[in-house]
Amino acid sequence: MARVADTPLDGRIPSGPISEKWDNRKFDMKLVAPNNKRKYDVIVVGTGLAGSSAAASLAEMGYNVKAFCYQDSARRAHSIAAQGGINAAKNYPNDGDSVHRLFYDTVKGGDYRAREANVYRLSQVSGSIIDQCVAQGVPFAREYGGLLANRTFGGAQVSRTFYAKGQTGQQLLLGAYSALMRQVGAGKVKMFPRQEMMDLIVVDGVAKGIVCRDMVTGKLTAHTAHAVLLCTGGYGNVFYLSTNAKGCNVTAAWRCHKRGAYFANPCYTQIHPTCIPVSGSYQSKLTLMSESLRNDGRVWVPKSADDKRAPGEIPEDDRDYYLERRYPAFGNMVPRDVASRAAKERCDAGFGVGTTGQAVYLDFKQAIARDGEDVIRAKYGNLFHMYQKITDENPYSVPMQIYPAVHYTMGGLWVDYNLQSTVPGLFVLGEANFSDHGANRLGASALMQGLADGYFVVPYTVGDHLAKGGQDRVSDDHPAVQEALANVQGRTDKLLGIKGTRSVDSIHRELGQIMWNKCGMARNAQGLAEAAEEIRALRDVFWNDVKVMGQGEALNQNLEHAGRLSDFLEFAELFAIDALHREESCGGHFREEHQTEDNEARRDDDNFCYAAGWEFQGVGEEPVLHKEPLEFNEVPLTTRSYK
Amino acid sequence: MSSAGMNLTLKVWRQAGPDAKGEFRTYNLPNVSEHMSFLEMLDVLNERLIQMGEEPVAFDHDCREGICGMCSLMINGQAHGPDKETTTCQLHMRRFRDGDTIVIEPWRAKAFPVLRDLVVDRAPLDRIMSKGGFVSVNTGNAQDANCLPVPKRDQEKSMDAAACIGCGACVAACKNASAMLFVSAKVSQLALLPQGKPERSRRVLNMVAQMDEEGFGSCTNTSECEAACPMGISVTNIARLNREYLRATLCSEETV
Repeated sequence: MARVADTPLDGRIPSGPISEKWDNRKFDMKLVAPNNKRKYDVIVVGTGLAGSSAAASLAEMGYNVKAFCYQDSARRAHSIAAQGGINAAKNYPNDGDSVHRLFYDTVKGGDYRAREANVYRLSQVSGSIIDQCVAQGVPFAREYGGLLANRTFGGAQVSRTFYAKGQTGQQLLLGAYSALMRQVGAGKVKMFPRQEMMDLIVVDGVAKGIVCRDMVTGKLTAHTAHAVLLCTGGYGNVFYLSTNAKGCNVTAAWRCHKRGAYFANPCYTQIHPTCIPVSGSYQSKLTLMSESLRNDGRVWVPKSADDKRAPGEIPEDDRDYYLERRYPAFGNMVPRDVASRAAKERCDAGFGVGTTGQAVYLDFKQAIARDGEDVIRAKYGNLFHMYQKITDENPYSVPMQIYPAVHYTMGGLWVDYNLQSTVPGLFVLGEANFSDHGANRLGASALMQGLADGYFVVPYTVGDHLAKGGQDRVSDDHPAVQEALANVQGRTDKLLGIKGTRSVDSIHRELGQIMWNKCGMARNAQGLAEAAEEIRALRDVFWNDVKVMGQGEALNQNLEHAGRLSDFLEFAELFAIDALHREESCGGHFREEHQTEDNEARRDDDNFCYAAGWEFQGVGEEPVLHKEPLEFNEVPLTTRSYK
Repeated sequence: MSSAGMNLTLKVWRQAGPDAKGEFRTYNLPNVSEHMSFLEMLDVLNERLIQMGEEPVAFDHDCREGICGMCSLMINGQAHGPDKETTTCQLHMRRFRDGDTIVIEPWRAKAFPVLRDLVVDRAPLDRIMSKGGFVSVNTGNAQDANCLPVPKRDQEKSMDAAACIGCGACVAACKNASAMLFVSAKVSQLALLPQGKPERSRRVLNMVAQMDEEGFGSCTNTSECEAACPMGISVTNIARLNREYLRATLCSEETV
């Protein structure tokens, strides 16, 4: 099994009571004086919620920022697709919410595998995020009195979710993007769209820049700076089919991993319960239907597996509202991992509906009868519209068919309390890091974390790194810069030179099948060992027989995909190794060997109450495991129950 | 329900680079499922082209759920194809019939030069935004969110304008390649909210000046933009933009 390092990983959590830790750290950190900030260059990779908010905030403070994204505009990062909402402990509805309750819910929701101090800080700054967004002109939903409206999300018994129709991510990102564009106009941010980060430049163990490929001309360029912020999202597309955008990839994070950044908990993947089911072999991606729909929709399957009647013809007595039956306290609003497994359980037992039997109903009939179609349309109109576009069925009259799909990845590059990776000068924000969601993320918490990291955490902690000796800057002819450029060029040439017979897409789909079947919603030791073996074999097929079209020095989407797939093929092996080593079930990581009699996840706190940080040792080489022990002083370790 | 799938003839714009001469190339694509999205149909075409040793067709796309604004395409002369309030990625092949010929072109506008095949450069839209599409509030400046009540009606109208995904279909559909609907959506979103009021005049003057600078054409009120807009942004916003512009020009001390 994995080689384990002798010394534990230190999260560098500040001292003091949990409610004072962040204040203590802010006071202890060194500052960069306002007139000195202009002497520092900071690179931000990715322009989603974390990247845009960090780039804008750092530029406002006076730093020179270079921001990079692979899309043609910063506004298109996949945060834009988040639908339902953003949590904040404002307690506007007067239902007993507090910083401590949001903290508690998030730690519990993450199945006790997150770092307490980080989650507490997240809850503390959550209110400021809403204030900031409203000040930017984000049009959150409001009540008739003109004040902000809230709704409920999974894993909570209070209403703390702020929303803008079903387009909350879009509106929050456009808010952060507007702040970013303001700084572009002011000359403090230089924007580099259609640029893909291909490597990290490390000098004497410290991150000093990146190598990018211009996706229009194919030209490779090195950019040096005093700090690098990685805000590049998650790796869900290792499954090929996911709710992620097609371009989402692990490349930037993986190449940092290969340069020394530990990768933490890669096996923690969120399978979202309410997505539109797969329809055919040509399927290119899956579409999420927001968790907020479960506020009004009820999930059910027929009580009899043989019941093939149309859903409208099945009377109440013959329906099994299985979430309400199994989890009466939370009902349809149980967390995502619980809802997904329950759907899989029903479908595996033969109760699934639709042409494939891999679907359950999400029914709005009662909500429409109760509130009227107009009220439902006002809340979810764009989601219903999207559903109808894709399936050609009208969800106002026929229940939606839904099934779980890969959605979000809780794992990511390991960071300390300051969001700094194991490579000093490399900070990791948002979904790309591992820190705040443990083994399962609650709904409406991704937006909160991305913006917390970017607006309110990293602007302080980057300054500490710079003030403590990050002043040196490397010149473009430094050997480390030249080595990184040559490394990327070599890999590109290699991909173009194989000239085999297999298309990039076909190999990616095959990888996705391995991941979904053996590293998906339910995992076991045998399957995971087989998966690791099959991934290694597929990687050989890729490097011997892939067919990449076109040239390196041109706009070449096939080459882009090949480069990303080559990294997924290395990363996937680590995913399987991590899942295999974690001999427990927690959150999104469900090991069939470790479950209770009623099929709930069984954690092993004695042996696995740690974050697993993996150190790269070479492709195909066994990585070294560094454990960061997790201590739960505020939220006592208990079995998570939503019954 | 056709189980065999459709046979389609595709006429696709191919152009090797920004300065290369482009041309339509014709491809026959058999056995297209009606459940595919339009972009999945292009994926299938590209897999066939790769098998045959021809370079795949480059086209912009990302989220494939109608919100990122990355996808584009003129489909049989219509921006984002024939369906109302639908992006190309959300258009499904059930909209087409066996034997159809489909003409696929990039966005057509002087301000959006072609980079390759169906991919165009939409950077001018970002430059317009950088001139005023924001509220000048630094991180940390904000007061409590509920200190500033906003009438529900205003918030809803603002949200309707804010729904713009910046895809550029309005420009591509307009005979003058005008960006008025795009600019008006951002100007309206912020003009309708109290947060946007302090910079109301500066914003509209600067954004319109940059719009003209980029080479977008003038608005002739034919409303092609609204018809093509996948988010259903109304031309009412253009009327509001004109009012804001007039107000700023006549009643404020701001100059560009």
